Formats: sequence, structure tokens, C-alpha cells
Amino acid sequence: MSAEPISGADIVIKALVDQGVDVVFGYPGGAVLPIYDSLFKQNSLRHVLVRQEGGAVHAAEGYARSTGKVGVVLVTSGPGATNAVTGLTDALMDSVPVICLTGQVPTHLIGNDAFQEADTTGITRPCTKHNYLVRDVNELARVMHEAFYIARSGRPGPVVIDLPKDVLFALGRYAGPEDIQHKSYRPQTRPDPARVEEALKLIAKAERPLVYGGGGIINSGPEACARFAEFVRLIDAPCTLTLMGLGALPASDPHFLGMVGMHGTYEANWAMHDCDVMIAVGSRFDDRVTGRLNAFSPNSKKIHVDIDPSSINKNVRVDVPLVGDCGETLAMLIAGWAEAAPRRADGRAKWWACIEEWRGRDCLRYDRGRKDIIKPQYALERLYALTHEHDPFITTEVGQHQMWAAQFFKFEKPFHWMTSGGLGTMGYGLPAAVGVQVAHPGALVIDIAGEASILMNIQEMSTICQYRLPVKAFILNNQYMGMVRQWQELLHGGRYSESYTAALPDFVKLAEAFGANGRRVTDPAELDDAIRYMIETPGAVILDVAVDEFENCFPMIPSGAAHNEMLLGPEDEARKPVSEEGMVLV
Amino acid sequence: MADIERHTIAVLVDNEPGILARVVGLFSGRGYNIDSLTVAEVDRSNSLSRITVVTSGTPMIIEQIKAQLSRVVPVRKVQDLTDEGPFVERELVLIKMVGKGEARIESLRLADVFRARVVDSTTESFVFEITGSSEKLNAFIGLMEPLGLVEISRTGAVAIARGTSHF
Repeated sequence: MSAEPISGADIVIKALVDQGVDVVFGYPGGAVLPIYDSLFKQNSLRHVLVRQEGGAVHAAEGYARSTGKVGVVLVTSGPGATNAVTGLTDALMDSVPVICLTGQVPTHLIGNDAFQEADTTGITRPCTKHNYLVRDVNELARVMHEAFYIARSGRPGPVVIDLPKDVLFALGRYAGPEDIQHKSYRPQTRPDPARVEEALKLIAKAERPLVYGGGGIINSGPEACARFAEFVRLIDAPCTLTLMGLGALPASDPHFLGMVGMHGTYEANWAMHDCDVMIAVGSRFDDRVTGRLNAFSPNSKKIHVDIDPSSINKNVRVDVPLVGDCGETLAMLIAGWAEAAPRRADGRAKWWACIEEWRGRDCLRYDRGRKDIIKPQYALERLYALTHEHDPFITTEVGQHQMWAAQFFKFEKPFHWMTSGGLGTMGYGLPAAVGVQVAHPGALVIDIAGEASILMNIQEMSTICQYRLPVKAFILNNQYMGMVRQWQELLHGGRYSESYTAALPDFVKLAEAFGANGRRVTDPAELDDAIRYMIETPGAVILDVAVDEFENCFPMIPSGAAHNEMLLGPEDEARKPVSEEGMVLV
Repeated sequence: MADIERHTIAVLVDNEPGILARVVGLFSGRGYNIDSLTVAEVDRSNSLSRITVVTSGTPMIIEQIKAQLSRVVPVRKVQDLTDEGPFVERELVLIKMVGKGEARIESLRLADVFRARVVDSTTESFVFEITGSSEKLNAFIGLMEPLGLVEISRTGAVAIARGTSHF
């Protein structure tokens, strides 16, 4: 306890500093002016001024997902808070630890429809892990520290702290994090050892095992990722990763089958369908992964490692639930393997032969012969080839480009891939890149974007220029909302209702207007040169890559279909129409 | 489609602002049913409230409901009374009867059979109070309907496990 009472605003700043926060993404307004005043008077915390509050949350997400630390947002009441809602929902869906401080009208005005008042705790209740309205300045320090604990413990997520203006002015006592413990919240991190043994027996007996890893491994930390790779190699099983899990196992590892799911690889999806033991680690059997549920991996025993008990048996009935932290659970599995491992030497040659056959389908092939037009896949292959030595951080927007990026960019390390998986938020990538670049000032940070998505938060170019962040926006410009158009072709007779953008800006001029650099490329022969220009130019760059307007993203499991019914290309599309049940799915 | 089961679930929560909204929002947001829900503080010194919720769903949904409830930060304990052995379930109803003559007398007679108490009376009305299982109360209400029943107020079920086991 500090001896002298200090203002609520000072308590907020002191708590942030004591929690190890070095940067806050925010936007000022009337209700949070006291905090901005306290910020002004200190030097421990940096503030990054975004251009819209939604951008602040995505920036904090990018910061959090590239560092493993908690991202912090500071916005004002009313519209400041409501603008943050999309980002909070995004963080909840993808389990990203974020603290969002929102201003609120003074306590005596709450409920009076005061200027810039919104029921922030009411609005954000379903889109946060937890939220608080602080009515007493002496509760403030406790709430701040509790919020950090909640945001990063168990399954991480966003926490909102709503701060009435009078509480920020009031004087109160500060207490440090060491004095605070949440009264009841203690997530289980260690699974039942008996269950671990059960799992090991299943794995040892398996003839066609498959490891299916997700974002939970990355959330569990770098050590958990290393253990995950060790485990996969130890049991010598093929491994697929979800969109959120990319990087948990190095893409170059021979056990890696590529991404699973709707736009996952042929080999990953077939392996999922045909395996006899599935080991899900930090993944949640999302509908983008499972395809049609009653045809999902029909003959496998399923082991599910997850820290969130509500993930177990939510969509898919599992045989061995292991409720616990991925890292701790993997350590137990690794420790027990020596004893459980099968003594026979024949291994799983048949299973690997199957997998090699599936790999042989070369499911990511595309028309490589085109000299007149840039294929989006080609653009990403070249981007990967010319940048991977720089160990880049990749963010994406949402749509076809996102799926191509997941397919064609090979991630060797965790924490280098930031994408909006659960919520699918267009406009995520550019502000997320702001957060990543702030956390890693010297790194190469690329937002792989579509021209439609990037326009949803293009105002953050202004933030990028203000802080001289050398973010690279790599736009695959096909002038369509490509994924919308692809679905209109698949489900709606090719009637392109509102999916064409008729008045796109000149992205080169747009970049220049913000004070950044821009270049447009249309000729495949000039692509490498343009990418080099993008990397070598010291500041922010928008590279507008004009790509084939009509290219579609394959392979694809259409809605309502099973893993073994995937489409490899447009020629399959005509042969396998989408079922009526599939039509209503998203 | 698996069978729909009815479960009575007791939830011990920190009595803090918004906790009821959190629980109710969880049910509506995820499309679960609430057949009835009651809440009151049960431990003043530790500021704990007990929510009793009667819900219905497939076994998989019931399991999800419990897991989702446990995930709410201020939730201390979740107990599925239906699953965990015998329990006592009670509900209280206030029933207003309006009328004169034979029907009025008959309602009083039936109330006596059901051990309902008269808690308010005028020359033209009664308010009965009755406690019991939801089935018993439904039976009583059914009998009262033709006798001048004009208004019902029910608490919803509260429940507790039988025997020595406790939260």
C-alpha cells in the first residue's frame, strides 16, 4: 500500500507500469482526459494514438499475439467504447489477452443518457472474458491487477474496465500486484494423470495417428510450442495445424501436413478423416475445421487437450479429455511416452505411405504458366521466397488472400502469424501490423491484404506514418470481395451481388497522401522487383499487386461437406454441387 | 436427436453487479433454455449468491451449460442436482382468487387439502400461498382455474441435495 492517496487516473497508470506494460494503444476523449493527463506527466508508458478505436484493439491484439504479453487499449466513453466492440469480440474468439480501459460518464450521471454515455459493461458482457465497472476509487488498483490476471490466465481473453470520470479524479489508495489475488478464479492447468496415461495407451496402439494443433499451443507460450514439436517428433505422427496454430510446428518439419479445414490441404483433411487416433492440442473443433459433423473423422478415438473445459465435447464427442495447459500436458505426455511407446519397429509405414500418396496430389497447384497476369498464389510464393530470410511477421485481413497466405507462407516459428480466425474481421490486418511493429521496431512486418479489407481500417496508415512504422501492406488487388464472389459462384449462380468494388482508390496516391510510399505492379515479370522495393524502402509501403480477378481459393471443403469430399479446383466444383443443408451454413 | 432432459442446476456466485445478467446472457446468447431461474444472496459475510436454474436440453447441451457456467469468472461452483443424486425441489406460489358463493367455498376446501394458506382475504377474494414441488403446484393451479383464479405469481424452483453432501 502506498502511503499517500493518489488520483484514480494515477492509480491506472501506476498499475499499468507495475504490470509491465510499456505501450498503450488509444484515442482520447472527454471521459478519459484525467488518464491522458496522467500519461502526459510520466515517461514509463508510451501511448500510440490510433485513428479509430477499433484500430486500437486490433493493434493491441497484434502486439499481444506477437509478444505473448497482454495488449492494452485506452478509449473514451460512449462511441469510444462501442467502436472497440468488434476488436473485443475478435480477441474473445481468438483468445487474445487484451485489457481495454474505457472512460465512463461520472457515477452520478450513469443511467441518465448523459453525453457520450453507453452501457459499456452491458454491451461488452458477451464479448469479453470479464468486465468491470469501477465505482469506488479504492477498488481500482485491485480491479486493474485482477483484470491482468484474468486476461492472461486460463484461456486468455479481453477484459474491459469501465472507469467513470469522477473515479479518475477521486483520491484513493494504491496497492501493487503482489498484494492482489483473485478470490476464486483458478483455472486448472494440470490434467488428470490417469487420463494422460489413458491417452498414451491410445497413442501407442494407434496405427494411423494424427496430431491436430491449434492456437492454444501458441497461447501457452514458446516453451509449449517447443514441447509440441518435440512430442510430434517423438511419437512420429503426422501433424496438421489450424489457421490459428500455424507456426506451432515448423512448416519445414516432415511431419507437417499443412493447414486443416475448409481451405486446408488435401493431405491434412484426408488424414483427419482417415486417422484412428486424433490428438487435438489447443484446438477447438471449429466448424471451419470439422466440415459436416456427422461425417467428421468417423473412425478415430479422440484425445483433446484444452485449458477450457467448455471446449471439450462442444462440437465433437471426445474419448479422452485432458483439461489443462498445453505446455504442462505435453510435458506429461512426453515424460510418459518412454514407457508407453510401442516396442515394435515396423512403425506406421502404411500410414505414411497413404500420406505420401495424398501429398502427391499437389493440392495447392495452380496455373503457373501465366506470363500475362499475376496469379495471387504466385504473388505469395514470391513474397515468401524474397522475405522469409528476414523472419517476417505476417498479419492478414480476411478473405481469399488470408487463406492463400496461410497456404503459401511457411511459418517456422510461433508468434509470427497474426490473423483474425474466429470472428473473421475484415480490417484486422493493418492495425494489427501497427501493434506488431510497435512491439518489434526492427522487424519486417507485412500486412497481406485484400483491397476491400484494407479499406475498412485504412485510416491507420496515418498512425503508421505518425510513428514512422515501416509496415508493409501487400495488397492482392482483384477488385472483388474475392471470397464473397467465390461463394456467389458456388451457391448463387454467379450473381455477383455487390461484391465488385467499382470505385477503388489509387493505392499509390493514397499511400503518398498519408506520407508513405506506394507502388503498383501488374506484370509478373516485375513482381520480384516490386517486392524488393517494398522490403528495401525504409518506411511504410503499400504495394498494390493487381492479380487475376477471377482466381478462386482451393482446395475447398464446401459447407455441409465432409473432409473426403473436398474440391481440388474449379473442375470439381461443377461435379459436386453444394447440398441444401450446406447452402444455409456460413 | 438425443433425448431432451430436464436438469436442476445450482450455481454459487460472487454477489457482484451484473452477475445475473452474465448468467442470463449466457443462456440467451448460446440458445439454451431457462425453464425457471431464482437468485438470492445466501452468504452475506462472503457475499455469495445462489442461482437455481431449471433447464432442458440434450445430455451434450446440459454438459455444455455446466461448462459454460463454470467459465464465468465470478462463478464459484456449479452443481447438477439432477445428476448428483436425490434432491429436494420446492417452489412457492401466490394465487389470487376472485368470486363469491360456492366456487369461493370450494377453493377454500381444496386449498385445505393441498395445505395452501390464506395470506390475504376480502369478502370477494383470497390470496393463497402454497409451497411444494412444481408438479404439485401445477395440479393445484389446474384445480383453481375454474373457481375464479385471476392471477398467479411463482418464484420458480429452489433446490438442495438430500443427505449430508453440500456445496
